[in-house]
Amino acid sequence: MTAVITRPDALLYDGVEWDYDKIKRVYDAVEHIALKEMGLDVYPNQIEVITAEQMLDAYSSIGMPLMYKHWSFGKHFARDEMMYRKGYRGLAYEIVINSSPCISYIMEENTMTMQTLVIAHAAFGHNHFFKNNQLFQQWTDAQGILDYLEFAKTYIAHCEERYGYAAVERVLDAAHALMSQGVHKYPKKRSDLRTEQRRERERQEYQDQTFNDLWRTVPKPAAGQRPAKSVSERKKLLGLPEENILYFLEKKAPRLEHWQRELLRIVRHISQYFYPQKQTKVMNEGCATYTHYQIMSRLHETGQISEGAFLEFLHSHTSVVFQPEFDDKRFSGLNPYAIGFAMMQDIARIAEKPTDEDRQWFPDLAGRGDGMAAVREAWANFRDESFILQYLSPHLMRKLKLFSVRDDAEDPYLLVDHIHNERGYRDIRKKLARQYDLGYLEPDIQIVDVDLAGDRKLILQHRVTNGVLLDESDAKAVLRHIANLWGYEVQLIEVSAISEAILKEHAVTAPSGIGVG
Amino acid sequence: MNIIDRRLNPQGKSLANRQRFLRRAKEQVVKAVRDASGKRGIQDIENGEKVTIAAGGVREPSFHRASQGGVRDYVVPGNKEYVEGDTIQRPDGGGGGRGSEGSADGEGEDEFRFVLSRDEFLDIFLEDLELPDLVKQKVKQSESHSLTRAGYSVSGSPANLNLVRTMRNSLSRRIALKRPKRDEILELEAMLREAEEAGEDAEQIQALREQLEHIVLRSRRIPFIDPIDVRYNRFESVPKPIAQAVMFCLMDVSGSMTEHMKDLAKRFFMLLYLFLRRRYRAVDIVFIRHTHEAKEVDEETFFYSTETGGTVVSTALEEMQKVVQERYPDNEWNIYAAQASDGDNMSSDNAKSATLLRDVILPMCQYFAYIEVAAEHNMGLSALGRETELWRTYKQVQSPERPLAMRRVRSRREIFPVFRELFAREKAGA
Repeated sequence: MTAVITRPDALLYDGVEWDYDKIKRVYDAVEHIALKEMGLDVYPNQIEVITAEQMLDAYSSIGMPLMYKHWSFGKHFARDEMMYRKGYRGLAYEIVINSSPCISYIMEENTMTMQTLVIAHAAFGHNHFFKNNQLFQQWTDAQGILDYLEFAKTYIAHCEERYGYAAVERVLDAAHALMSQGVHKYPKKRSDLRTEQRRERERQEYQDQTFNDLWRTVPKPAAGQRPAKSVSERKKLLGLPEENILYFLEKKAPRLEHWQRELLRIVRHISQYFYPQKQTKVMNEGCATYTHYQIMSRLHETGQISEGAFLEFLHSHTSVVFQPEFDDKRFSGLNPYAIGFAMMQDIARIAEKPTDEDRQWFPDLAGRGDGMAAVREAWANFRDESFILQYLSPHLMRKLKLFSVRDDAEDPYLLVDHIHNERGYRDIRKKLARQYDLGYLEPDIQIVDVDLAGDRKLILQHRVTNGVLLDESDAKAVLRHIANLWGYEVQLIEVSAISEAILKEHAVTAPSGIGVG
Repeated sequence: MNIIDRRLNPQGKSLANRQRFLRRAKEQVVKAVRDASGKRGIQDIENGEKVTIAAGGVREPSFHRASQGGVRDYVVPGNKEYVEGDTIQRPDGGGGGRGSEGSADGEGEDEFRFVLSRDEFLDIFLEDLELPDLVKQKVKQSESHSLTRAGYSVSGSPANLNLVRTMRNSLSRRIALKRPKRDEILELEAMLREAEEAGEDAEQIQALREQLEHIVLRSRRIPFIDPIDVRYNRFESVPKPIAQAVMFCLMDVSGSMTEHMKDLAKRFFMLLYLFLRRRYRAVDIVFIRHTHEAKEVDEETFFYSTETGGTVVSTALEEMQKVVQERYPDNEWNIYAAQASDGDNMSSDNAKSATLLRDVILPMCQYFAYIEVAAEHNMGLSALGRETELWRTYKQVQSPERPLAMRRVRSRREIFPVFRELFAREKAGA
């Protein structure tokens, strides 16, 4: 190691107190390392200083700076506040928003070292990931999100005024229950949130202009006169099967009013916006943690932060990437920070100093030199599932001592089916990757049929994998919500994905007089 | 990079969400608050309260897999001793159900805990209560003044400057007096420069120059804003009648009152105190405690200092009468009184008390509440209807046209229901 001489005048700051000059200086130094040395590419940054109270606020509205009003956010706030005040839980040091400019919140209580860490972590780590990961590029509209939320907020407030809290709340409750079922998993069309707002205005205007009360009086053809369509034709017309339940209800529910559809649409857009974040927890945190670690080490090497500051940083860094073992009291699943950080380091190691084993497992990556470039490439092109499948190395599996356990409810014991040895590597890697595959984690629920000309019963299907059924009481409650929106009977059938056998059925009858405000 | 300090932004952004949440969980919260109030001490009745409600009404359901049944795979770190094919004892609570739907509703019945703020707690706690007959009082006039916007004035403090009105005046004056616009001056200057450069004849240049001088002078003479343009928001003070009331708290602190009874009485007054302070801004409270003699005391002494002696109720009533005469003439004040006692009284004093109450106190009172506190374990006897001296005395006085209410309280749990009963807001139309 080269001797590091710390000249006091090279220090960016001294002591724990922060001020704007210090933050500015630190930001410039961090930016220099991030852009020039690490080759990161970021959205312009906006750093906002907030209080602990405001941090709690931001927590409860899913981290967004502005959000429409709903009781569930109040509920989360009440809980978070209690946990915080009673000291059960600390607050996050930062929140960062995938928008352009990229907004990072830093808390006023943080020390200067923590502020430095947060700037490196959020303003450069997360920011780079938001801008460069293909999932985010494909799915989210960083430029438009804040404007869209503003629109959503005013629109919903306007609806509350016009139609009453209760009516709006009923639709939002239902929409929230279906949020996970409100995303398009495969891109259809690039949606731009700004045009969304404009289109909503235009739709409303068109309706207002073309409203003609006389249409009401035109006699409708009697139901029997229309030729009965075949089942497949009917499904095709409705675009069934459809896994985006919110989308289907918004477009096809017969008894919803215009504004109710718009509310569904808003919730759907927000859900879609968060979809990439759900799929990239490990990578996103890994990227940010790796970035801050590199930057802080660099600042320390070049004598820009003091030994004391670096030790403070190491203390919080190690607690962030701490991974308790399965038999530890503190164990609560795999820590995405720990895995993410370890994997990023591992990729850089394989690229720069590979072992023979690495050469065998990663012929393209091993020994290619520039570790940072290899890591950047991974950040750009993968999501958690494919990332783990591609990059988890035997070396790391041994280090974490990973093993897989099979829990079959039919057996009295749990079975250790793979451990970190030659035979187990590939299986463990595959299983771990699956743990991060949203398509596998979330139940596969689709709308399969509805007879619009008949009783209008909406039929949903859950394809059951591994014999794990839905939680019954929650499923029932969600069905009730769907029925409120749909306006008619709703049925959910759970079928085995392998044998197509029906395992269970849930049904909710048509609501009386609900659905239309 | 941009740094923005958001710390001064309005706080409590999630307040509206919180209110929506409380409204949603209203029933459960009210129940929880009522339950909690039975348990808490006097001093912390005003503090926020941790409330636990059933999660049912505020559940957020979603489609998710049941926590039991089927086949699951986990990858976990930290293997120390296992080799492939090992079996592990199922951990407790993990899969005990063995594929049954054992706790299908387990998830939904969770409790939800959170903390109510002091104001929220009191709001719910004291909901629907009102001082009886407050508005009916014929004579009462205490005037307070409040400021109301009333047009504009030509003088005032700079803080009240009405910019829009001022600028409007200024604009109309400028138009009326034909103040030259800046553009006109510039244009003329440009023309002059052009003419000079082009070397046009001196006469024309001179004319332009004079014209320019003229309008510059004119624009100087007619100022942009003149003192006569300036307008201020005017405020007028409007007299506002407020209902004013005085509440007398009478309490027996004699030797016959046990700690338990005192505690009950204190709790009752504490409720009363909170309630009055909260519902009405202009309420005076007078604390009178008595043994064989009565004294007006301050709040602190009333609740927290002890005294021993005999029991002569009439002294308290006399003291109250005295205070009313001195400070609260009954043609100006609404007078309310609440008395707490264990029901003991010197037998010789009963007649005097009854007379005082009937002839002096009740006629000037809007409402007189008598709370009889009893020992908790004494339930059997009192329940059989053994009435105390004072109860019997007051009972004689009671009649439909007299504003006297009487209640017995035995345990802490009863305090609140009794309180609510006494002060429940009369239902519209009831």
